Amino acid sequence: MVTELNIKEVPQKQLGINPKKFILWLFMVSIVMVFAALTSGFIVRQAEGNWLIYELPSQLWVSTVILLISSLTAHWALKAAQNNNSLQTKLGLWVTLGLGLVFLSTQFWVWEILVQHNVYLVGNPGGSFLYVLMGVHGFHLISGLIYIIIMLAKSYRANKVSDIQFQLSLSTTYWHFLDGLWIYLYVFLIIYH
Amino acid sequence: MSTAHLDNFTDEMEHDDHDHHEQSFISKYIFSQDHKVIAKQFLISGIIWAIIGGLLSVIFRLQLGFPDMDMAWLRPLLGQWINIDAATGLGKLDTEFYLALVTMHGTIMVFFVLTAGLSGTFSNFLIPLQIGARDMASGFMNMLSYWFFFASSMIMFASFFISTGPASGSWVIYPPLSALPQSMSGAGLGMTLWLVAMALFIVSTLLGGINYIATIINLRTDGMSFTKLPLTIWAFFLTAIIGLLSFPVLLSAALLLILDRSFGTSFYLSEIYIGGEALPNMGGSPILFQHLFWFLGHPEVYIVLLPSLGITSEIISTNSRKPIFGYKAMIGSMMAIAILSFVVWAHHMFVSGMNPFAGSIFMLLTLIIAVPSAIKAFNYITTLWKGNIIFTPAMMFSIGLVSFFISGGVTGIFLGNAALDIQLHDTYFVTAHFHLVMGSAAFFGMIAGVYHWFPKMFGRMMDRKLGYIHFWTSFIGIYLIFFPMHYIGIAGFPRRYYSFTNFDAFSTFTDLNAFISVAAIATFVAQLIFVFNFFYSIFKGKRATQNPWDSTTLEWTTPIEPGHGNWPGPIPKVYRWPYDYSKPGAKEDFIMQTVPYAQTPESNLPHEQELAGLEGKDDNAIKVD
Repeated sequence: MVTELNIKEVPQKQLGINPKKFILWLFMVSIVMVFAALTSGFIVRQAEGNWLIYELPSQLWVSTVILLISSLTAHWALKAAQNNNSLQTKLGLWVTLGLGLVFLSTQFWVWEILVQHNVYLVGNPGGSFLYVLMGVHGFHLISGLIYIIIMLAKSYRANKVSDIQFQLSLSTTYWHFLDGLWIYLYVFLIIYH
Repeated sequence: MSTAHLDNFTDEMEHDDHDHHEQSFISKYIFSQDHKVIAKQFLISGIIWAIIGGLLSVIFRLQLGFPDMDMAWLRPLLGQWINIDAATGLGKLDTEFYLALVTMHGTIMVFFVLTAGLSGTFSNFLIPLQIGARDMASGFMNMLSYWFFFASSMIMFASFFISTGPASGSWVIYPPLSALPQSMSGAGLGMTLWLVAMALFIVSTLLGGINYIATIINLRTDGMSFTKLPLTIWAFFLTAIIGLLSFPVLLSAALLLILDRSFGTSFYLSEIYIGGEALPNMGGSPILFQHLFWFLGHPEVYIVLLPSLGITSEIISTNSRKPIFGYKAMIGSMMAIAILSFVVWAHHMFVSGMNPFAGSIFMLLTLIIAVPSAIKAFNYITTLWKGNIIFTPAMMFSIGLVSFFISGGVTGIFLGNAALDIQLHDTYFVTAHFHLVMGSAAFFGMIAGVYHWFPKMFGRMMDRKLGYIHFWTSFIGIYLIFFPMHYIGIAGFPRRYYSFTNFDAFSTFTDLNAFISVAAIATFVAQLIFVFNFFYSIFKGKRATQNPWDSTTLEWTTPIEPGHGNWPGPIPKVYRWPYDYSKPGAKEDFIMQTVPYAQTPESNLPHEQELAGLEGKDDNAIKVD
């Protein structure tokens, strides 16, 4: 009993996770709230009727798979950095960057298909919401790409890639988050469109 | 253990680096990353905004109290917003500018003064000092937070100087008024600037809030567990969490509004005729905006109020020389308020045509908030009960807050009632209610905080006598303004009307309206006493001692004017909770948080005595280690 108290009452070091990692998590929480607002607005507005019904373009499957693969390559880059494998790290980051760009152009392609099916940004909110959800996600994805470009630059400047593994773990976490966010949006759209 | 020592060691090394590094004026006072300087920047910006916001209210109170007055003398200030009547030669306030005044008064006071000015000042200043940290988790983000706020301020301020005037659709910017630039002059460029300014403001709040949470979670000193945190920190912590969850929602709402305004979408617009012409917008829902807005809007009132409640908990306990009554109950009720604040937003929308069943659920949830609020009020009173009360100006303002919190909170129970709200909605009763419970109460908390922590901020004391004059004039003045407003509201006066002289039913209240206006002007003038006292004391105030209020928390262990890094030596460790006032048997009537139980055998309770024995043992253990 006595020894137990001994451990408890000595002023203890208050250590949680790394502050920078924690800040990133809080930042992601605020992004989640942006999309929570948009998707619940979607549901509320849809419940009022007068809602444009259309088929979700099947090409969204393509973009979803591309983004999933990019998550894998991002993870591969991080693992390589932890093993101090410079070449694989850079390659992984380049591939992730490329796949991110392909994802964005696929999303744009989906918009063109939507226009062909007479679903526009301007018009019934049923269509507008799809553009807004994809657009705001795309905007965040661009921020993720910029983050990856910064990490690429760092990987070329670093003496050892294992030096940047912490920063790389932050950017990878953010990239996985953007991937997960898109999966959420896609599942949401499949259920509610 | 050795790693902990090493960490401390590197901390100090870094700190020494800071000391030797000569900072230029710009990096020290302007683009500073030091939390104390950023806090002062927020405070002074907040004071400037409060003066502007107050001045706006004086102008529209002149219009409401004295509708026949010749306002030509205001032309040098307002220019074209005073219309000179060709026939009589009398100057009249422009009707649309009146709406702009009301809108900007609300926006400035809610966001720029009581959110940025209050949280920005005290969260920044007190979090690192009271938890024992060198600075915020990210000084750079903290600096960005201020400069985003500054940019937002500049844009909002610039909107006063455009020919169509600032935003005028009220601070809640309901569409379609705010979504259609052709609806009124203030819905044009003024509204665009409002939206841009608020978007920047949200970024600033999020950067600040994320930093506050990360700092409190990660950078507490040794021994500072969550149950030893001062209530101020608990309040700032919960406020930051509420802000983190609610402000992004306003950003989404604003984004859809911007798309409606500038890109022709129809999220909030449907089947509208304007000037006899049908607009192409179809299928939108203005109620959707109200839902999104109030999902931020209601938590926002707690973002405004909670920091003040935290500040006054600290001040009332210190100046009653008694531990705060119900420390854990205070934390619990703040948590309850924080959670409930997210599930009551629709009580602002009882008359929007919502389902009456949903209305009764929101009514029930709203009324539940009365429970934690009452717990807090009772705890304040029981802390004061039989205390050795020291009436410093900060203490007077804190007790004033309790008074406003109760008298304004009681009317909240009326308004939370879906049936009563049909009569009271959008009347002066609502204005009176929230100006007391949220406006004045939060404002008094902020002022109390300034009086209390001024010695720590500037190393000097504010003048006491001027503080007392400021308190009594403000306290009496605020009741004289807002108490009569309840009657006017029950009589059915709607908010935001330019003039009531056209309605016979309201003519009996002409004198009362004039009375309110006089009280408002007098209260505004009384605030100038504070402004003078504040700026005079920065330069000429009496020198402060290290712990002028005999308080127990960590900030009073720093030097009188703490430098960059806050503590010159190692960061102090914490052994006890922050409210050991008037402990039976103790030599003095307060024991600092940094005093170990081993040093106070005369006042220790039996279980603390047991801990005291162990502290000694452990010190030996560390030496052996």
